[in-house]
Amino acid sequence: MLEVILISSIKVIVVVVVLLTGCAYATYMERKVLAFMQNRIGPNYAGPYGLLQPIADAVKLIFKEDVVPDNVERLTYTLAPMISFVPAMLTFAVVPFSSNFTLFGYEITGVISDLNIGILFVFAITSLGVYGILLGGWSAGSKYSLLGGLRASAQMISYELSYGLSIVGVIIIANTLSMVELVEQQSSIGSWFIWKQPLGFLLYITCAVAETNRSPFDLPEAESELVGGYHTEYSSMRFAQFFIGEYGNMLAVSAVATTLFFGGWQGPLLPPVIWFLIKVFCFMFFYIWLRATLPRFRYDQLMNFGWKVLFPLALFNTLLTGLWVLWLGDVLFGG
Amino acid sequence: MFETFYPILFLFVFAVFLAVLLTVFSVILGRRTRSGKKGQSYECGVEPVGTNKEPIPVKYFLIGISFILFDIELIFLLPWAVVSRELGMFGFISIAVFIALVIIGYIYELGKGALKWE
Repeated sequence: MLEVILISSIKVIVVVVVLLTGCAYATYMERKVLAFMQNRIGPNYAGPYGLLQPIADAVKLIFKEDVVPDNVERLTYTLAPMISFVPAMLTFAVVPFSSNFTLFGYEITGVISDLNIGILFVFAITSLGVYGILLGGWSAGSKYSLLGGLRASAQMISYELSYGLSIVGVIIIANTLSMVELVEQQSSIGSWFIWKQPLGFLLYITCAVAETNRSPFDLPEAESELVGGYHTEYSSMRFAQFFIGEYGNMLAVSAVATTLFFGGWQGPLLPPVIWFLIKVFCFMFFYIWLRATLPRFRYDQLMNFGWKVLFPLALFNTLLTGLWVLWLGDVLFGG
Repeated sequence: MFETFYPILFLFVFAVFLAVLLTVFSVILGRRTRSGKKGQSYECGVEPVGTNKEPIPVKYFLIGISFILFDIELIFLLPWAVVSRELGMFGFISIAVFIALVIIGYIYELGKGALKWE
């Protein structure tokens, strides 16, 4: 009992620390990659190649003044950044990051908690992020942040439908909701679920970009028309929490995509954790690549795309997969 | 049971602790100055115009209601997906009828213009 408590507590702390570092360096990676794509150098003053930039940013943000406007709703204004910060961390509770390994004579599982409804947990937690954004936008007492918050939440719930539907195909094939079992079923490159669910993967990745409010779906932050969106009135560490939440969510959907479609930690030669990190960072690179390439959608285009293209496609994908598994199932998808 | 849920609980408590810690840090360590117009909402250097306590377009509520309806229907698909192989053709036809009903509702909603943005 005590051993279980100790081991899992240490594991949680290690994962959260790695995750926060990952968020910090995701910002560095984004700035650096964007810079190179636009033929600039990017951050290069703090430390070699600017590698200490995220730490400098964190220190700066902590020591900044915490400006709270006069006409805010105190309670929700304080809670909103936390509500967007906590779910980003919680998603990683069920994502398997490694195979089981032995450390100091203890058998340690490669996942914080092997929940038997893992995927459902991920989607439930991801949906909570919308509260942080909506409450933050509403309680700040500024019309820009209200508009940003409204847009963000309408966008997120619109894309959440197709987001949830896009994984039903995977579950039909795998017949399990547990993330650990999903990874175990994809032991070689040939058995990755992306080959069996190409449409499902496209839907997932499109909706994931929209869910995390990233370019080209970054309407909530449209700085050319809405100043800064829902976090206009936030400053200092509260502002940073929204950002950690955003980057944490990006890492989370990347990790879930890795687990669902790309075989999770499975891979030859290198240790499982390294494979997991490589795959996740490929997705992060993809995110940044999208941002450097595509222009922003218009809001009506965005909503129409979500409701009139992605949603019917996702339903179609679900039905097709169900039928396919029944007719050709054991020929193509194995037992 | 305990091994499954304790880590999630601990992660939740730890994340909340971190969130509170970060906020308190910046409140304590940051500078504090108040002056004249500093507490006003952001308006790019001029006097703020209007407030955020104005009516919200009804379209957002429509989107919200549609989301709840379709999301609940989506939830019913998941149990079928988990046991789809065992249920076989019977399960598939049942779920096909169910999805057909969802699509009828969806087409009705499209026809009524509830999802129209301009």
